[in-house]
Parts: sequence; C-alpha cells; structure tokens
Amino acid sequence: MTAASRAGQPNDSEAAADDRTAGGRFVFRAGVLDAADLRRAHTRIAHEIVERNHGADDVVLVGLYTRGLAIARRIAAAIAEFEGVDVPVGALDVAFYRDDIGLRSVQPLGPTEIPVDVTGKVVVLVDDVLFTGRTVRAALDALTELGRPRAVQLAILVDRGHRELPIRPDFVGKNLPTRVGEDVRVQLEEIDGVTDSVELWGEDSQSREEGP
Amino acid sequence: MKHLLSIGDLDRAGIDEMLDLSEHFLEVTQRDIPKVPALRGKVVVSLFYEDSTRTRISFETAAKRLSCDVMSFSVGSSSVQKGESLRDTVQTIEAMGIDALVLRHSAAGAPHRVSTWVDASVVNAGDGCHEHPTQALLDALTLRRHLGRDLTGTRIAIVGDILHSRVARSGTLAFAALGADVTLVAPPTLLPSALDGWPVTVNHDLDSVLSEVDVVYLLRIQHERRNAALFPSLREYTARYGLTVERAAQLRKDALVMHPGPMNRGVEIAAEVAEAPASLITEQVTNGVAVRMAVLYSLLGAGVSLG
Repeated sequence: MTAASRAGQPNDSEAAADDRTAGGRFVFRAGVLDAADLRRAHTRIAHEIVERNHGADDVVLVGLYTRGLAIARRIAAAIAEFEGVDVPVGALDVAFYRDDIGLRSVQPLGPTEIPVDVTGKVVVLVDDVLFTGRTVRAALDALTELGRPRAVQLAILVDRGHRELPIRPDFVGKNLPTRVGEDVRVQLEEIDGVTDSVELWGEDSQSREEGP
Repeated sequence: MKHLLSIGDLDRAGIDEMLDLSEHFLEVTQRDIPKVPALRGKVVVSLFYEDSTRTRISFETAAKRLSCDVMSFSVGSSSVQKGESLRDTVQTIEAMGIDALVLRHSAAGAPHRVSTWVDASVVNAGDGCHEHPTQALLDALTLRRHLGRDLTGTRIAIVGDILHSRVARSGTLAFAALGADVTLVAPPTLLPSALDGWPVTVNHDLDSVLSEVDVVYLLRIQHERRNAALFPSLREYTARYGLTVERAAQLRKDALVMHPGPMNRGVEIAAEVAEAPASLITEQVTNGVAVRMAVLYSLLGAGVSLG
C-alpha cells in the first residue's frame, strides 16, 4: 500500500511508512493550524534555532522532500530578516536510505543538493510531520555520507507522536496528539498552490468524537 | 516488473519512469560517496557467455553502488568448459541464493528462456542479435539530457551493421517510443531482410541524410559476427558509411554523435570525431551505470510500477 492508494491524498510525510490497511474514506476531522499559525510557528522555530546555537553562522538548514524543504526555506527567510544572516538551505532525499524498500514502492522525490560542506556545521534537519521517526532515521544515515556535522538538530512543524524509534525533535511547531489511523495533512502555498493549512483527517468509520 | 528482457517490456510511461529514476541515481553517482544502502543484502550475479568490458563492469558497479553483493561468473574458467548446460549452470548459481541474474548470451532469447527456469529476476545484458535493453535506456537517457524528455521530431540516424545489432533493435524501439524519427542507414547486406513493423525509414546513402539529422548513432562493425562477406572491405565500408572528419563537417552544428562502444577507430568513426565536443560517447558510459542502478532498483526494490 502506498500513501497515494488511500482515499484522498494524504501528505503526512511519514504516512507511507505506516502499514495500516486502506479502510474507509478519509474525512476532515479538524483544522490544526491556519496560515497565520503556520507563520508564527516557523518564525518561532527560526528564533529558537538562532537562540540555541548562539547565532546562525554555523547553521545549515537541510529540508526533507517535499514540504520539509519548503519549510526550511521559510525558516531561512525568517532568520535572514531578523538576524541578517543568510543561512544555507540544502535539500535531502532519503528514499534510498529507507528501511521499507521492498515492502512498498519507495521512489525518490528530488535530487539531494547541499550547497555547503556540512562537516563541522550544525545541521538542522527540517520536516513537516514527525510520526514514526523512520524518515528521520533514514535522513541521519543519508547525512552521515555527506560529511560529519558538529551537531544535528531536528525541527518539525507538527509532532503527531507514535514514534517507533528513539528520535525526538529539538524544535516543534505544534504537538498534536493523534490516533495511528489518522492523517495529518500539511498544505503549503509554494507546493500545493493553496492557502497554508494543517488539518487532521481520519477514516469515515471512526467516531468523530475521538478527534484531537 | 520481474525481469527486463526486452525494451518492449516497458511502454512509454515505463521508459519515462525508468529514466526519471536514472536521473536520481545519476545524482547519487556524482556524490563523494557514490553509494546508497538501498539494496543491502541482495545478491546479483553477472553471467556473461560473451566478452564484454563496459556492460559487465557497468552492471557490477551499479550493483555495488546499491550495496548489493556481486558475484561474477566467467564462462571461460567455469564448468561450462566441462560441458555444463545453460540450464544446469543457472540453476546451480540460483541454488546459492541470488536475487538477480544479469545474463549476456550469444543466443537470441536465452534470457527469456532462463527467466522461466529461475525465481531470480533476469536482466538481459545482450542476447545475440536480438536485444540490449539497458543500452537503449542509457542511450535514451543521454539524449534526453541533451534534448529534453520528449524526442518528438528528433531525427536519429542509426548507421552500420543493423542486421547483427541488438543495440539497433532495442534503440529503435526506445527512441521511437519517445517520439523520435529513426532512420536506419546501411548497405542492403547489413539490413534485416524484412523490416515490417519496425517504426523506421531506411536509407542506403549516409551522405544524403547527414545534413538533416539531429543525432548520428554509429554501430560497431562486428568482426566476430562477420563470417559472410557482407561488404567488400573495411576500407570500402569506411568510404561509404564511416563518420569521417569530412562527413562530420556536413552535420548540423548542434548534431550529436553516439556510439555504444567498443569503437573501431578509423572504421565506423574517425578518432577525431569520437573525441569532438559533439560526441556523447563517454557520457553514454557514465549514464549506463545510473540506468543499470535504476533497473536493478526497480526489479529488486519493488520500485517503479511499470506498465
């Protein structure tokens, strides 16, 4: 089963790694973040990254395809605005490092492009949704082959829980308790062509009262 | 898709998907550590009943860059010399536990036959005068990187020993599937007796097509297959069908020159032409590794959904 095979088009970045069986139709449950919330979230994350690292001079933002990259670019723009530092933004594709190759069709989403040598830098991995942690595990492996960062930190727009690996984010936009069978759908203007939003969707068969 | 036996196993969308995936692997091969763990633990065997340099090394490099274990089987130093049949050989190899078998054989159809005997995925690395699908894919990738995804309207002349060429057969199918207009250029003796159903036009006069084509694809004169006297002499062949410096000067300024290798310099292609900027010959080799990574990944990693 792939993400696309389910009803609707969930873009929960880790939904594809999940082995839920396709059930009923997915329906809207709740709005989680609107465009203004998202703007505040990535602005706050940008401030936290600079604060934690005592500036942004050694920071490299590395976004995971597809929406993580867009969020990384937004964070970089925010840092440029208030700190006056142009933080390099890289793009990382983790497909060939995933642990579910052979279990489903794992296809790369874009070229890995890191504009600077990450050795000695503080790399902040950026993704939209943190779920099982398997994507981040793959990203850490992929990153290791590109150099030896001084430190690796993790920035996440929505942490929806249900980790299957000992991975935790350093910067979180929103902690969102979810059920395993639900989907967190992130839409970003530059990717999806619609107003920014984060929504919670779930299968029709489940009770609506058990939402977040 | 379980096997890659013919370029006909892929439709237009399938070729596009395979080339898209190849572009990703091309990026991987350009990294400092040009290797990914995608197919850890998979075992790939290369079984070559015919001589090969680039195809064999290309496949083995591709497998290693996907973290496969690679076994290399040389017919010359094997039990084949003791008379072991192809069927017994592949079943013996399979009993050792393998996931893919890359086979080159002088008999057309051998990979297809083998695919009915084994559970492993079979990749045709050239079978007689029949097909060479990964060569066609790497050629298509090379052209696509220069001319764009859609080859509609691109005029490609394939020149030389069409009769014996698996490269021409697979290439014609792939180029035509991507929309190109293919012209086969050869003396009548080096063309198949029937071309019914081939999506091509035929021309016996290289000079008349040179100024019109976007791509000249030269085939190797295959000394080892040339038992019958199909043309008077190599000199005569070069005089009429070789891409000499003089002929290359008649090409359009942006025309591209390709050759699957190994080259007979001074026969089908002049050394100066092979090394000119228009020549994509080394690029073809580089792209070959990426294409073969994509093929192995698709077959062994439950990869692209091919039609």
